[in-house]
Amino acid sequence: MTSPAVTLAPEPQEHYLNVDYGVRSWLLTTDHKRVALLYLIGITGAFFLGGFFAVLIRLELLTPQGDLVQAETYNKLFTMHGVIMVFFFLIPSIPAVLGNFLLPLMIGARDVAFPRLNLLSWYIYMAGAAFISTVVVTGGVDTGWTFYTPYSTMSSTTHVIPTALGIFIVGFSSILTGLNFIVTIHRMRAPGLTWFRLPLFVWSLYATSLIQVLGTPVLTIVIALLGVERLLHVGIFDPALGGDPVLFQHLFWFYSHPAVYIMILPGMGVISELVTCFARKNIFGYRFVAFSSLGIAVLGFLVWGHHMFVAGQSVYAAMVFSLLSYLVAIPSAIKVFNWTATLHRGSISYQTPMLYVFGFIGLFTIGGLTGLFLACIGLDIHVTDTYFVVAHFHYIMVGGMVMAYLGGIHYWWPKITGRLYPEGISKLAALVIFLGFNLTFFPQFVLGYLGMPRRYHVYPEEFQVLNVMSTAGASILGIGYLLPMIYLVWSLWYGEIAGPNPWRATGLEWQTPSPPPRDNFTATPIVTTGPYEYSRPRGAHG
Amino acid sequence: MADHATAVAHQFDDVDQQREAATLGMWVFLATEVMLFGGLLTVYTVYRYLYARGFAEGSRQLDLWLGSINTVVLITSSLTMAIGVHGAQVGRRRVLVGSLLLTIVLGAIFLSIKGIEYAHKFEEGLVPGIDFTYAGPEAPHVALFILLYFMLTGVHAIHMVIGIGAVSVVAYLGWRGRFGPSYHTPVELVGLYWHFVDIVWIFLLPLLYLLHH
Amino acid sequence: MWGLPLFPPQASTLAPQVDALFFFLVGVSVFFSLLIAGLIVYFAIRYHRRSEDEVTEAVHEPMALELTWTMVPFGLAMVMYVWGASVFFTAVRPPPDALDVYVVGKQWMWKFQHTEGQREINDLHVPLGRSVRLTMTSEDVIHSFFVPAFRVKQDVLPGRYTTTWFNATKPGTYHLFCAEYCGTVHSGMIGHVVVMEPTQYESWLGTGAVEGSLASAGEKLFQDLACNTCHTGDAQARGPNLRGLLGRSVALEGGGTIIADETYIRESVLDPRAKIVAGFQPIMPTYQGLVTEEQLLSLVAYLKSLAGPTS
Ligand code: HEA
Ligand code: HEA
Ligand code: HEC
Ligand code: CUA
Ligand SMILES: [Cu+2]
Repeated sequence: MTSPAVTLAPEPQEHYLNVDYGVRSWLLTTDHKRVALLYLIGITGAFFLGGFFAVLIRLELLTPQGDLVQAETYNKLFTMHGVIMVFFFLIPSIPAVLGNFLLPLMIGARDVAFPRLNLLSWYIYMAGAAFISTVVVTGGVDTGWTFYTPYSTMSSTTHVIPTALGIFIVGFSSILTGLNFIVTIHRMRAPGLTWFRLPLFVWSLYATSLIQVLGTPVLTIVIALLGVERLLHVGIFDPALGGDPVLFQHLFWFYSHPAVYIMILPGMGVISELVTCFARKNIFGYRFVAFSSLGIAVLGFLVWGHHMFVAGQSVYAAMVFSLLSYLVAIPSAIKVFNWTATLHRGSISYQTPMLYVFGFIGLFTIGGLTGLFLACIGLDIHVTDTYFVVAHFHYIMVGGMVMAYLGGIHYWWPKITGRLYPEGISKLAALVIFLGFNLTFFPQFVLGYLGMPRRYHVYPEEFQVLNVMSTAGASILGIGYLLPMIYLVWSLWYGEIAGPNPWRATGLEWQTPSPPPRDNFTATPIVTTGPYEYSRPRGAHG
Repeated sequence: MADHATAVAHQFDDVDQQREAATLGMWVFLATEVMLFGGLLTVYTVYRYLYARGFAEGSRQLDLWLGSINTVVLITSSLTMAIGVHGAQVGRRRVLVGSLLLTIVLGAIFLSIKGIEYAHKFEEGLVPGIDFTYAGPEAPHVALFILLYFMLTGVHAIHMVIGIGAVSVVAYLGWRGRFGPSYHTPVELVGLYWHFVDIVWIFLLPLLYLLHH
Repeated sequence: MWGLPLFPPQASTLAPQVDALFFFLVGVSVFFSLLIAGLIVYFAIRYHRRSEDEVTEAVHEPMALELTWTMVPFGLAMVMYVWGASVFFTAVRPPPDALDVYVVGKQWMWKFQHTEGQREINDLHVPLGRSVRLTMTSEDVIHSFFVPAFRVKQDVLPGRYTTTWFNATKPGTYHLFCAEYCGTVHSGMIGHVVVMEPTQYESWLGTGAVEGSLASAGEKLFQDLACNTCHTGDAQARGPNLRGLLGRSVALEGGGTIIADETYIRESVLDPRAKIVAGFQPIMPTYQGLVTEEQLLSLVAYLKSLAGPTS
């Protein structure tokens, strides 16, 4: 911002990692950077636990017979896979780790607005995780992550209540993070940092926070109603007692559709940061990218019914939700085109984070385009509740968001730890992940259109070949995910010293030493330009 | 007033920034609260539309007298709260602490009356899922109504309890002389919260108690 | 076993319509995916960083370009929407002359009742080239009736009727799946739809001991449950005349009317006070717990068979 040229500051004497040591200094920290690392530990655990369940799912589906695990167990596997991956990994992933770490740095603040609340949100997250862990250990839950009634309230004999409590609790951590970010973005920006000078990652966090703050309370209340119905056997959603099961679905998706945008917007923000840095170019269509985030956040609240096209809602409701789903797709299209155009006449380097950017754009596009199939009411009748849906959302959530998350982790790793990761093996890992991913989930589109229903423990024999391909892919993918785990930890000791700005990036976070000092900046920065001043102005010679 | 100057937390540049941040934070928090009650009220609205008769019958099981008294109690407490905030703004410690204490007492009265109402419901066998003896063709829908009554007023009561706790803290700090014309954000914010909880009740009264009229 | 199917059989009148829509979307998707991927690869190679100090030139977005890539996807999206909605309308509107089959789902089986009286479990026999309308309900949790070869799916809910329909175009045996997660043996709640030549179907109907049509079973129930004591059909009867009720518009006490459909009949029997017919007393007792879902469907079939008031 002040100047893109690197000023090689000396290794800082003191930074946020070495100001003090000891468990206490971590568990009672109010430093947003340390809270981010606490979250990093939590969600990494969640990811590998969820991934472990995914491995078991895929192993079971290797053969058409249900021969590896019992039906009850299989149902618990995909339920806990979904619950853990969604609520304990993907929703907090980018916001609570990268967002927490970077937001104050990017806006030139010393911390978030409410540091203690920030720490509290992590404790709430861990409390929720404790409930879920108890469930995992004591026998699991089998309702699917969607908890449809009356199955979840009247029929299932598994640990629905503790799971519901875990989700109920973790919701508050999501709300607190969102609240904190909104206030931080409004009130803590450095002098001169106007809204249109904000990095696009900050815009995307802002949009995400709006959804977290306005959507999550509804989840809280619907989970509470579910618990009450199950505990007291009263008819809120159970038709046998006068309730309406479709109402539950409406309330659930009123949160959970916007929640899928919680699970992609931060990733989109990361991509905007990375693509500019590694194409060394200003972003194409800054305002379009920024406003499309808000557009997605707002429209995202109006399309929940597209999960219920065959659930028994009225034909006219279905038509309205279909139309709105098409509208919410447009801002995503705008983003994809603007990122692509940013590459035009750039100076493109193929460092690891950029490989993840390429992966993200390609896979998100496929995932998003197949969302259009699902939004199409005439077509959704056939593909809903099949593997087509499973493939759609893994393309976006794993191919999109997890790629963005990994790209972001690699990109900011030097800032977070002061060390560089090894470039060669990390490129290999990115490639393995990309290939493994496609082999895992592309066959599922075909399976879905063929009619293989999701959540099936046994399946007809003719679907086996495609399932074997998918399982093979998942094994490759699993190895791909283990690699960064290993070499990133390795780099903590053996990685090259990074220096403040290894990528020659322009964001404020690169103007301060790596790792940053406790208060981020030695002096409050004063901002005079936009966030992506990579290029010289048109016509100027340099 | 002894000590008006309060430390600015390290992440803020000055008192103004700190105050603005806190205020915005409270408004955002209230937005989440609106969505929370909004979710419950949606459920209420859907079923009220579907089972109008059962809901009217259920509403008749509530004690309008107690509901009305509670409304008066709560509105009065909002008034005392407002006086308290004013007291802080003009630096009158006695006014501040006195009216906050009054607010706490009124809040406690509200909760006690609520408790009496709940106790009646238990005596009358009007607690769905635990002891529900109401008979008649509309019984399932009456049960649904009473259940939503418990949920709505219960969630509201939890907010009251939290509110009383927050007012107590602020009253204590006020008594210690922490607030004055230059610093009184916490009092204002707690006041905002209290008024919000009050407004929620103003919505609940007609929806629950006055439905059959 | 090692065959690799890539496309499901097309065995209903709806299937080609859905597939055409599908291929249109595949076309659009392939186009955009290749466009984006192609551009990325091209730019990545063409503008590869050649020296560490390379500097680029700032570009500002031309409005025309932004509008183009907003409006073109929007236009395509609207085509998908309108086309999808029109297929949807076909899919949810059964033709009036359809054959009725009644379906009850429960954990974990499908029960079918034909109007002629045949009952089947998990297998459904239907004639070729004839529209079949399914009226479905569930005894416990939500299920979903899914026949991939017909491109037909509809959730089956407890406490209400949902309907779907198909017109099979190829004889054969097709998968029937439960597509909504319903508990432990969800993946075992499967069966087959057997499409038969009309003549074969007729002879299939003739086999097996059947105690008369579904409507006659309903009629018997109508007497056993003493419905006929009030619904005598007379003008002075305590209950309204039920002849020709289905599809009729019924005036309700307290204003409003309702078109009587299967769900309304179900509700009238289980929760008679939910809607009171204008001019009658709310004296009808509830039959909640006294009739099974299958019996209710036979009552519906019986009332349906009472077409038009006899004069
Ligand atoms: C991060 C998560 C995420 C995201 C971002 C999305 C994005 C979208 N989703 Fe997805 N979705 C899920 C996660 C997500 N989804 C999950 C988890 C489920 C299943 C839940 C369950 O049942 O368990 C689901 C299910 C789901 C359904 C219900 C399916 C069913 O159960 O029957 C539908 C239906 O409309 C849908 C639609 C869409 C659409 C239209 C988008 C759009 O936002 C996509 C927009 C993006 C693009 C369109 C691509 C880029 C555009 C271009 C390259 C230009 C070309 C564009 C045009 C021609 C328009 N999704
Ligand atoms: C939000 C994020 C998310 C993520 C990241 C993933 C990641 C993966 N998912 Fe998941 N998935 C969901 C969200 C997600 N999923 C949801 C919401 C559902 C729906 C649930 C429902 O129906 O209710 C679902 C359902 C689902 C199904 C369908 C189950 C069914 O319907 O019957 C399948 C099947 O293949 C699947 C597979 C995978 C695979 C192979 C991965 C891979 O990407 C995972 C790769 C990771 C690893 C492989 C871990 C690596 C670690 C190791 C290999 C070490 C082994 C572990 C130990 C030693 C402890 N997922
Ligand atoms: C005690 C008398 C009585 C008995 C027995 C009785 N009904 Fe009714 N029924 C009524 C009355 C009165 C009404 C009109 C008021 C109302 O809607 O509740 C009615 C209404 C109906 C309606 C709605 C009719 C319309 O015109 O909209 C249906 C359908 C019906 N009954 C079916 C049945 C069936 C099936 C049974 C037996 C299982 C049955 N009834 C038994 C008295 C009776
Ligand atoms: Cu029945 Cu799944
Ligand atoms: Cu959605």
